[in-house]
Amino acid sequence: MSAHTQSDHDKDGETRRDFMALVAGAFGAVGAAIAAWPLINSLNPAKDTLALATIEVELSEIPVGTAKTVMWRGKPVFIRHRTPEQIEAARSVATQSLIDKEADEQRVKKPEWLVTVGVCTHLGCVPAGQKESDNHGDFGGWFCPCHGSHYDTSGRIRKGPAPKNLAVPPYEFLSDTKIKIG
Amino acid sequence: MGSGHREPFENPVVEWIDSRMPIFTLLNKEYGVFPVPRNFNYFWNFGAIAGFMLVVMIATGLFLAMHYTADTDLAFDSVERIMRDVNGGWLIRYIHMNGASFFFIAVYIHIFRGMYYGSYKKPRELLWILGSLIFLLMMATAFLGYVLPWGQMSLWGATVITGFFTAIPFVGEDLQTLLLGGFAVDNPTLTRFFALHFLLPFVIFAVVFLHVWALHVSGSNNPLGIEPKGPQDTLPFHPYYTMKDSFGLLVFIIIYCVFIFFMPDALGHPDNYIKADPLVTPAHIVPEWYFLPFYAILRAITFNMNLYFLAGFAILAVLLVEFVWRKKPVYIPSASAGIALLAVGGLLALIGFTGDSCARIDAAWLEANAGFKGLCGALQGLPFMSAETAPVSAKLGGVLAMFGSVALLFVLPWLDTHPVRSARYRPLYRVCFLLLVVIFLILGYVGSQPADAAIAGIPLILVGLAGTGYYYAYFLLILPLLGRFEKAKPLPESIHEAVLGKQIKAETKI
Ligand code: HEM
Ligand code: FES
Repeated sequence: MSAHTQSDHDKDGETRRDFMALVAGAFGAVGAAIAAWPLINSLNPAKDTLALATIEVELSEIPVGTAKTVMWRGKPVFIRHRTPEQIEAARSVATQSLIDKEADEQRVKKPEWLVTVGVCTHLGCVPAGQKESDNHGDFGGWFCPCHGSHYDTSGRIRKGPAPKNLAVPPYEFLSDTKIKIG
Repeated sequence: MGSGHREPFENPVVEWIDSRMPIFTLLNKEYGVFPVPRNFNYFWNFGAIAGFMLVVMIATGLFLAMHYTADTDLAFDSVERIMRDVNGGWLIRYIHMNGASFFFIAVYIHIFRGMYYGSYKKPRELLWILGSLIFLLMMATAFLGYVLPWGQMSLWGATVITGFFTAIPFVGEDLQTLLLGGFAVDNPTLTRFFALHFLLPFVIFAVVFLHVWALHVSGSNNPLGIEPKGPQDTLPFHPYYTMKDSFGLLVFIIIYCVFIFFMPDALGHPDNYIKADPLVTPAHIVPEWYFLPFYAILRAITFNMNLYFLAGFAILAVLLVEFVWRKKPVYIPSASAGIALLAVGGLLALIGFTGDSCARIDAAWLEANAGFKGLCGALQGLPFMSAETAPVSAKLGGVLAMFGSVALLFVLPWLDTHPVRSARYRPLYRVCFLLLVVIFLILGYVGSQPADAAIAGIPLILVGLAGTGYYYAYFLLILPLLGRFEKAKPLPESIHEAVLGKQIKAETKI
C-alpha cells in the first residue's frame, strides 16, 4: 500500500482510507441486498394467485348430515351441514379439557353450518371425513391419515400430533343459503 | 496453475495446446502420475462411482427437460408422454429415476466408508465438510425432482415437507408462502421447483470440483489410516486405480441396469402414477427410500418440550460439555456437584416429559391404572406444563432433530478427537460405529411404516425415538468419550510394511 502522510493518521493509527473502505463496503452490501429484494419478492404469491381469494358457495345444495368441499386459495374448505346430534356432541365437551381450547360457539356463525379449512394443522394433509363412508376418527369428525390426528364435529383437534384446530376461514352469510368465503 | 516446469508432449497438437494452456500437464499431474496409497480396498471406488452418477443425472435430466412441461395441468401427462411416445423416453426416464436411488446408494457407502476409516480427520476436515454439503444439496435436488412428475406422492410429499417450515416460530407461515408462491403446493410451486431442480445439479458439480481439489491437496486416506511416507507406499493413479475404479464401476452399472430394465419401479411408490389431486390425501405418505431414516427422526419427536424438559436438557448439556468435552471442568467445582446436577437435570427432564406425555395417554388406560392417574394429575397441575406454554412444540422439535442429524455430519471432525483414524485399530469405535449403521437401517425401516405401527407390541415410534437417541449419543457423547479413553491397537510402521509385511520377511529369509 502507498505511504500515508502524517495527517492521514488519527491517534489510533487508523487512516481515513480504512474508513473509506468500510463505508464503500457497507454501501456495496446494502446495494446488493436491495438488488436481491425484487428477485426474492417475485417468489411471493402473484396478483392472480391472490385474486382467487374469495368465492361464493350455495348452501341449499347441501342436505343435513352431508358435507361439501370447495377450493379456496388452492386449499380445500370443508362445509358441513351438521345434524342436531353433531352440534350437541360438539357443545357438550368442556372447553378446558381440549388441546386447543375453543368453544364450538366461537367457531360457527350458525350452529348447523361448520366451515373450516380442510388442511390438517400438523403438516398439511387433507383429513378424511367428508364422505359418509370415510373414517371419521374417534370423535365423529375427521381423521388425518398422515400421522393420525383426530378432529371432532367442530373440527377441533382431540387426539394426535396436530397442535391446533382446523382453521376457520373468514366468511360471511350473504343470505340464508349463500356464503362468501375470503 | 501452469507457470511451473512443463515436460513437452510428443503429439504436436497436444503440445501446441499445452504450451499455450497447460491443461494436459494439469490432467497428467492430477489424474495420471498422481500418487495414491497402494492399499485401497473396493470401498474407495464409490467416490468415482458417485461422480459418474452425477454425470448420468445431468445428461439424462437435460433430455428429459426437453420433453417435460412444468405446469400442473400438463406435467403428469408430459411424463406419461415421455414414457409412451418419445423415442426411448421410457429408458431415459428410468435411468434418471433409478439413477437418483443409485446416486444415493453410492454416496451413502462413500460417507460410511469415510466414517469407518476416519477420513474426516485432520488434514481432511474441509474435504469432509464439502462432501457433507454435496449430500445436503443432493437431498434438496432429489426432493425437488420428485415433485416434477406431479403424481400423488409428488404433491403430498411436497406438502408435508414444506409443512415443516410452518414449525418455525413467528415467520414460519410467511416463509412457507414465500417458498410455495401461494397458499398450497400448486402451479407456482411446480414451476420454481423445476427451475431449481435444473440449477442445483450444476451447483453440486461446482462443489464436487472443490471437493476433488481439496482431496488432491491432502491426498487420499487409506484403510490403515496412516499417511504414506514415500514412493514405496503409493502407486500412480493411472493405470492402477483407473483400472480398479473401472472394474468397480462396471459391477455397479450392471446392478443399476438390472433395476432399470427388470424392476424399474421397485424403488418408487405406485401412488406416484396417480395424477396429483389436491382434495385426496393418500392413506400413507412415504418419502423416497433414501430419506427414510431422517423421516423417522422427524417423526420420533412426538412430545412437546416444555420449560421443565428444556431446563433439565440445558443442565445435561452443560454437564456434557464440562465433563465429557473438556478435559477438566471449568465452571463446576467438584464431581459431587456434577452428580447432584445430573440428578436435578435428569429429574427435570423426566418430569417435563412425563407431564407432557400424560396429555396423550389413553383416558381409559389411565382410569385402569390409578397410580399413574394420580401422578399425571399432579404433574399436569404444575404451571407451564401445558402444550401451549411449551417453547418447542413437538412439530418444531421433530424438524430440529431432523436437520440437526444432518448438521452433525458437518462438525464430525471436531467431535471425534481420537488421534487414530482407521476403525481397524480402534476396537471400541468399530463396534459403536457398526451399531450406528445398523440403527440407521432400522430407522429407515421405521420411517417406511405408518406412524401408529407396532412390532411385537412395541410401538415403532418408540423404536424411532430410541434410534434417534443413539444417533445423537454416538456423535455427542460416545465419540468424545472414546476420543479421551479408548486405547488403540499398535499402528503399523508404514503402508508398504503392512501390505507386504509377510513378503518382506519371507524374502529376507532367502
Ligand atoms: C443431482 C442430480 C439429480 C438428481 C438426484 C435428480 C433426481 C430426480 C428425481 C428423484 C426425479 C423424479 C423421477 C420420477 O419419479 O419420475 C427427477 C425428475 C426429473 N429431473 Fe432430475 N435429478 C438430477 C439432475 C437433473 C438435471 C441436471 C436435470 C435437467 C437438466 C433434471 C431434470 C429432471 C426432469 C425434467 C424431471 C421430470 C421428469 C421425470 O419425472 O422423470 N434432473 N429428478
Ligand atoms: S398432517 Fe395430519 S397428522 Fe400429520
